[in-house]
Amino acid sequence: MAQTQVAVQDVSDQLIEKYGYDDHFHEHHHGDKFQTNFITHYIFSMDHKMIGKQFLITGMFWAFIGGLMSLIFRLQLGFPEENMAWLQPFLGKWIVLNDAGIGSISPEFYYAMVTMHGTILVFFVLTAGLSGTFSNFLIPLQIGARDMASPFLNMLSYWFFFLAGVVLFFSLFLSTGAFSGGWVAYPPLSALPQAASGSGAGMTLWLLSLTLFVVSVLLGGINYVTTIINMRTKGLSMWRLPLTIWAFLITAVIGLLSFPVLVSGFLLLFFDRSVGTSFYLSEIYIGGQALDHVGGSPILYQHLFWFLGHPEVYIIILPAMGIVSEVLAIHSRKPIFGYKAMVFSILAIAFLSFLVWAHHMFVSGINPYMAMIFVLFTLIIAVPSAVKVFNWIATLYGGSIRFNSANLFSIGFVSMFISGGLTGIFLGNSAIDIQLHDTYFVVAHFHIVMGVAAFFGTFAGVYHWFPKMYGRFMNEFLGKIHFWFTLIGAYLIFWPMHYLGIAGVPRRYYSFDTFETFSHFSGMNQFITIAAILVFVVQLVFVINFFYSIWYGKKVKVKNPWGATTLEWTTPINVGHGNWPGKIPTVHRWSYDYSKGERDFISQIEPLSEEEKKEGVH
Amino acid sequence: MSTETINQELETTKNNEVSWDGGSEPFKASYGKLMMWYFIMSDAFTFAGFLIAYGALRFSVPTWPEPDFVFQSFPGGLTGMPLIFVTLMTFVLIASSATMVRAVQEGQRENKKGVVFWLLMTILGGAIFLGCQAWEWHTLIVKEHMTLSENPFGRHIESGTYLAGDGYDIEAGDTFEAGAYYLIHKKDGEWNQIPYRTADGEIKRQELGPPAFGSLFYFITGFHGFHVLSGLILLLIIAINAASGIYVKRKNGYEMVEKVGLYWHFVDLVWVFVFLVFYLL
Repeated sequence: MAQTQVAVQDVSDQLIEKYGYDDHFHEHHHGDKFQTNFITHYIFSMDHKMIGKQFLITGMFWAFIGGLMSLIFRLQLGFPEENMAWLQPFLGKWIVLNDAGIGSISPEFYYAMVTMHGTILVFFVLTAGLSGTFSNFLIPLQIGARDMASPFLNMLSYWFFFLAGVVLFFSLFLSTGAFSGGWVAYPPLSALPQAASGSGAGMTLWLLSLTLFVVSVLLGGINYVTTIINMRTKGLSMWRLPLTIWAFLITAVIGLLSFPVLVSGFLLLFFDRSVGTSFYLSEIYIGGQALDHVGGSPILYQHLFWFLGHPEVYIIILPAMGIVSEVLAIHSRKPIFGYKAMVFSILAIAFLSFLVWAHHMFVSGINPYMAMIFVLFTLIIAVPSAVKVFNWIATLYGGSIRFNSANLFSIGFVSMFISGGLTGIFLGNSAIDIQLHDTYFVVAHFHIVMGVAAFFGTFAGVYHWFPKMYGRFMNEFLGKIHFWFTLIGAYLIFWPMHYLGIAGVPRRYYSFDTFETFSHFSGMNQFITIAAILVFVVQLVFVINFFYSIWYGKKVKVKNPWGATTLEWTTPINVGHGNWPGKIPTVHRWSYDYSKGERDFISQIEPLSEEEKKEGVH
Repeated sequence: MSTETINQELETTKNNEVSWDGGSEPFKASYGKLMMWYFIMSDAFTFAGFLIAYGALRFSVPTWPEPDFVFQSFPGGLTGMPLIFVTLMTFVLIASSATMVRAVQEGQRENKKGVVFWLLMTILGGAIFLGCQAWEWHTLIVKEHMTLSENPFGRHIESGTYLAGDGYDIEAGDTFEAGAYYLIHKKDGEWNQIPYRTADGEIKRQELGPPAFGSLFYFITGFHGFHVLSGLILLLIIAINAASGIYVKRKNGYEMVEKVGLYWHFVDLVWVFVFLVFYLL
């Protein structure tokens, strides 16, 4: 076994030497110019691989913070009567003690936690942490490029993200608290500084942070698209790209088209807050006092917000889909089923994602006939989504499946995507949405379909590409514990929420004390909270596994440990700047030649045989 | 398969420049130019967001001011010249696009002096445009007292007869139809809202116009002006670089001029839309 793999390794070097093309990269000595000391290597790095890792680890930090926040508000929801005084050393004045010394989480803090949890998870973790990590890490490696088109803009992209994080983190420590009006930041809560304690400085910093974040996304996105279009190596036509690259490309395009509209919305909001315009405000009484704002429309903000907000969920899920397609094919030892259908469904999802935003506004007072059009487009998205699901299942069917952590998480992704996707069909109907809107049904739906599923995609990607990132494997045993507890735990958290939602329990409420109708759900809420704590603890297993494996994991001995066809596995085990030590490989076939004839897999750099040429494939 | 056939394959890709098969630039555009295009695309969406907000707010009120009436001033204290001034400044801006084209052309001819000259002409055009915008804002702010939250330009939604004069255009006894527009002047620092009698005999006062007009005008033309200003700074940097001769040494010649040109044309194009919605509709 070992010998054959060594042989394969030699073959890949020989193939690159023979067919690769020489761009004289290493003769210019700019290869290592940026990496000569600690700061330029680890901090202000312009190497796409290091930037990818920076995004990943920063994303993990934010996932930890955001997850911790969810535990705090879950404690309130599950155990509203319990004494929370023990949290006072950490949370200070946000734990309110009554006369008897019983502490409880203050409502302002609860709302701030809910808001920050949403903001952090959606933007910092599942956008930057997922797409930022893998787009940066994989695009140049998989398309056979030395680096991104502009390494400098790439570095800026990370540091703008970092700055956005610093600003948001800072806002958590304000004496008035972080912004607490929900991650969607609807006016008037977000437009009037006097609306809530978090709507003052907290909201200002929130806006600043998110604007910096958009700059980061745009710098990154421009780079990803340009790199994929212009810098593919010879022979790597669009129809030979791995699905990861297709997913990153379309994700970046969606980002470039939708985030700028969010900026428009934010700038108008900023003006309403600070210079007295009335873009979103009209005839408002606050604290018994009439404001002189007139003529604005809060619905306008919702339109501008959801024009980003809906494509954003595809920005989150498409990279996960790309990763899962790749990982499933490799670890099932089969070509991905329906490659072109996969690409076209990505394109269809991306196109439709711009035509469905108002399904978030069915009860905001839009014309029912208008709602009907949005229902139609929303339900049509089920078609390309289903195409993808069937293709994943068909890829697994009859494969010689390796049940390692990476593949388990991919399979788990498919499971989550189906469960969460089905409830989307309920919510996409404007009539049923009247009942289900703003209940825990919605919370269950989007957490499963884009929260948990995108996390599964990320985990699959990390377990799969960890050997390429750090030259070591992650621990499989811990990985499997991580997978099974997370899979079961996630369902234990979110499945019961469907029942809560159908019964009408509204989301975002601080407490249900005054609602007799919902009192019999307190047991269920406790159950959910306990499951959430369990799942959070299991994620620490992943974090330990990750950092332990960076230094002490099992070393990767061969270039291509998974037997994959794509270009990143033709680079040296510890990849240096410029990715390939000598020539750049050229590509002669598509990226899914698994179990072809007698061969287990055929690398993309291997020329077509005479037989294959006669068949005229790919 | 032999090495020669592979090399032949590669040769064909090389000769066939417009190819999506990798190893070439499928749009025949360098990565820098593509990046500029994608930036322009996303920036266009930002402007689109603003213009859609404009449309939503404008069509929610029946009293939106009449552009011909609002924009009728001309330097030198002249009034009654609807849209003449803005036509002039628009012409200057569009003309600066033409001079930009000449700069790019001279760049392709590798004529350093020509590039610098036409870039300077473009900068001049952009600066004149910004100056005109400053004058227009100044007139609206200082003379007509339009602010981000208050707009003195209104429109009647019923017919009636004025009961007093304002010392400017309105005299007591003047009649007006529904849809007639007016400007409320300030008197001793207060809005001088002229009373009028409606056809039903009711006594009312002129009301301030929709505040969204002022806030959207300052916001959107200001955002555009900010783009022009950034463009001017970029043009200046490129002009200095071109004059210093560093583009002569580079392999891609005057591509930077072309890239900043793309941005400049985009800024002009956006103005066409801003001009359309604020001045013509």
